[in-house]
Amino acid sequence: MKVLMPALAAATALVSPSLAMARPVTFEATLKNYGGNGAYVALYVTDAAGKYRGTLWMAGGKAKYHRHLSDWQRLSGGAAAEIDGITGASIGSGKTLKITADLADAMIDAGYQVRVDTAVEDGMDNPSDVVVPLSTGSAGKPASGKGYVKSFAVSF
Amino acid sequence: MLRRIHSLPGLFLALLLAVIAGTGTVLSIDTALDRATLPTIERGANVAALAEAVAARHGSVDKIVHRPTGAVTVTYSDGDINGVELVDPATGAGLGPYQTSEFTRFMTDLHRSLLAGDAGRAASGIGAATMLVLTVSGLWLLARRLGGWWALLRPIRGMAAQRWHSELGRCAVVGLMLSSLTGLWMSAGTFGLIPEGNMAEPAFTVSGGPPAPVGTLAALRAVDVADLRELTLPAPDDRTDTYALRTSAGEVRIDAATGVTLAFTPTPLAERIQAVVVMLHTGRGAWMLGLLLGLSAACVPAFAVTGAVIWWRRRSGRPRIASSVAARSADTVILVGSEGNATWGFATTLHTALTAAGHRVHIAAMSELAPVHTSAERMLILTSTYGDGAAPASAKGFLDRLAALDATVPVAVLGFGDRTFPQFCGYAQEVSAALDRKGWPRLLPLKRVDRQSTQEFAQWGRDLGAVLGHDLVLDHVTTHPKTTELELVEREDYGAAVGAPVTILRFRTPGAGARSQTGRLPGFEPGDLVGIVPPGSPMPRFYSLASSSRDGVLEICVRLREGGLCSTFLHGLEPGGRIDAFIRENPSFRPAVGRTPLILIGAGAGIGPLAGFVRANAAGRPVHLYWGGRSPSSDFLYEHELAMHLAEKRLTTLNTAFSRMPDGGAYVQDRVAADAPRLRELIRHGAQVLVCGGRDMAQAVTHTLEAVVRPLGLDLATLKSNGRYVEDVY
Repeated sequence: MKVLMPALAAATALVSPSLAMARPVTFEATLKNYGGNGAYVALYVTDAAGKYRGTLWMAGGKAKYHRHLSDWQRLSGGAAAEIDGITGASIGSGKTLKITADLADAMIDAGYQVRVDTAVEDGMDNPSDVVVPLSTGSAGKPASGKGYVKSFAVSF
Repeated sequence: MLRRIHSLPGLFLALLLAVIAGTGTVLSIDTALDRATLPTIERGANVAALAEAVAARHGSVDKIVHRPTGAVTVTYSDGDINGVELVDPATGAGLGPYQTSEFTRFMTDLHRSLLAGDAGRAASGIGAATMLVLTVSGLWLLARRLGGWWALLRPIRGMAAQRWHSELGRCAVVGLMLSSLTGLWMSAGTFGLIPEGNMAEPAFTVSGGPPAPVGTLAALRAVDVADLRELTLPAPDDRTDTYALRTSAGEVRIDAATGVTLAFTPTPLAERIQAVVVMLHTGRGAWMLGLLLGLSAACVPAFAVTGAVIWWRRRSGRPRIASSVAARSADTVILVGSEGNATWGFATTLHTALTAAGHRVHIAAMSELAPVHTSAERMLILTSTYGDGAAPASAKGFLDRLAALDATVPVAVLGFGDRTFPQFCGYAQEVSAALDRKGWPRLLPLKRVDRQSTQEFAQWGRDLGAVLGHDLVLDHVTTHPKTTELELVEREDYGAAVGAPVTILRFRTPGAGARSQTGRLPGFEPGDLVGIVPPGSPMPRFYSLASSSRDGVLEICVRLREGGLCSTFLHGLEPGGRIDAFIRENPSFRPAVGRTPLILIGAGAGIGPLAGFVRANAAGRPVHLYWGGRSPSSDFLYEHELAMHLAEKRLTTLNTAFSRMPDGGAYVQDRVAADAPRLRELIRHGAQVLVCGGRDMAQAVTHTLEAVVRPLGLDLATLKSNGRYVEDVY
């Protein structure tokens, strides 16, 4: 079963001021059947220098568990403002998270990367479970993660 | 009020609480099993050595966690695969992948959120709060019932459901209180109601040099694995990253290159409290406590069932009085002291008549006396007497509550009793005297009603009407519980030759063949009472039962009384004849549970329930029977059956006394007196005495036994209050 998220704008830093200079990008992460409680999943973007640029989605609402998404926490500083309005429910074992965001054209093929951190209660914390470049070349090709992510694809 | 606080939430949330408690029990066992299967952590191994051993087996290690369950786990990354494994805390050897079992996860989810997310978590929190209310109010009720806080460990008497409810209650109360308090705390934490008290980490500068081997880091070598909570290793490709070592004291940052401690952040107080609360609630790290809590929680489903039974009995036992107004707005308060429910019936008639005359009437049990009742214009107390001047069931604790009241209100007391007893309306007299001592003004002098006489009751009504200034007609129709029709199947006659005809009667439900065991007999135990309604009288007469409903027959032993309506009717009954009967529980006259010896003392037809106790003694506990009759050749009731019980060890000794013997004869109390040393020894070892028979015999036995127990520093009053001397006297 897929969990479909409505199309949503992401954090301000990522979104173009004018829609003419942006395009909708779809992110689809399917989790493995790891057999545990719902996973906390953070989707965020880093630039060519590895610097944090913004969060696309935070699945899992309780702030006290966000420190388990340790790369996201470390790179973003973990402030609540980072995920205000882009937070949803945790993702169950074997379920899919699909979100769409309007990203600035300038971010595509410019060395930016989309990172996914995952964490499950009594299970693993997977900082940078999967990392995928924001490039037209890899668009639509699913990548597999080290931890709970079975496949992750970015499509334009 | 307190009772309602206890029963209503209990009834409404019984299922919720049973689920939460039941899963709690399962989880406590799970935790203990975990503890038994996991390697124990011995002091002596340091964190650096453990990390080194683990790092040697994996591409990179992200984290080493010492979990509250006692498990030490490692999160690692081998190329493209991340995993969590259990390791031996002493050697760092891998013990296979670590995963919480599906079963544990399901139980945990059910326990804390009823599988229903945040709504379920809220329900669980409400469950914990309810449990807390129930334990506190339950403890309070029990203390009140037993006669004070210091009496909480006294033996509990009452119906089976009540006994179980209270016995389990006082065993489980501490555990349940701890579980519900800590559960409530955790629930509040989940919903962010408890501040987390974040501590800011001091600023530090990382050396940025090449990472040193983990085994060489002094700050890690100094920490024992037993004290470790969590060690997060630096990201392999990030020279600005550090080790983060958490212990119960706080979190230390350690430079990956130099091994120097960079910063220390103490654990906030809130987090320390949280850790203790979680340990106390889950038993992780304290598995024996956890098992005790689990055992306490296992009682909760039993509370639900027995509580519902008690509530239902109480509700169906008391007549429903729909028009009873709230206590604070009533002008007249009727308080009822009733053992069966007869007095409630009279009170209902009074209530109806007063309401029809325009009064606002509140009706309650005497045991519910409260300050609010003194705000009424008048109080009418209707009470029966239990046994020889004791308070009936619904008046327990009345005198204590009266003593605590300051205000007074005009009052009238109406006692119900039997003039043939030496203490006619003894309890009503005691209540009346207590009211006088408190200076309560009297509406009417104490009036006593003999054997539920409707005429005397009506006369009292007319007197009361005169005081109130209007007519008051009390037209009472005696009611009794729904009766069952029973058929006499067998009778054995004794005693005609000595002028005391006694017969043992055995009844079954009509049409029940010898094969169909119990038919539809209502449930009863030996010592309970059967109310039989004789033709031509609405008033039932009560006889002690000699059998249990499991025996398939209802057996009583009836002495023919001169002019007795019911005994004459029963003695005239031939097999096939039918009676209308109902059962009344008599929980106070029953052998205590256990293996302590029983001393049974009776005379004449009083042997009925005693023979029943012997018959039910399949476990072979020591039972000594003393019985008195007139002549062994004429009225030796149950002679052959008792001989059989002696042979089968259901009965240990049998002592009989016959009063009409050529040598002058003897009475049962003579046998008791002659056996004084043995009886004293039995009572010293906790024996319970059960006496059944006529009042004269009972008084003589009391007198004799008083002398028997005095050398032990005991008296019968003490034994009575402990339930070790009980009697069924008529």
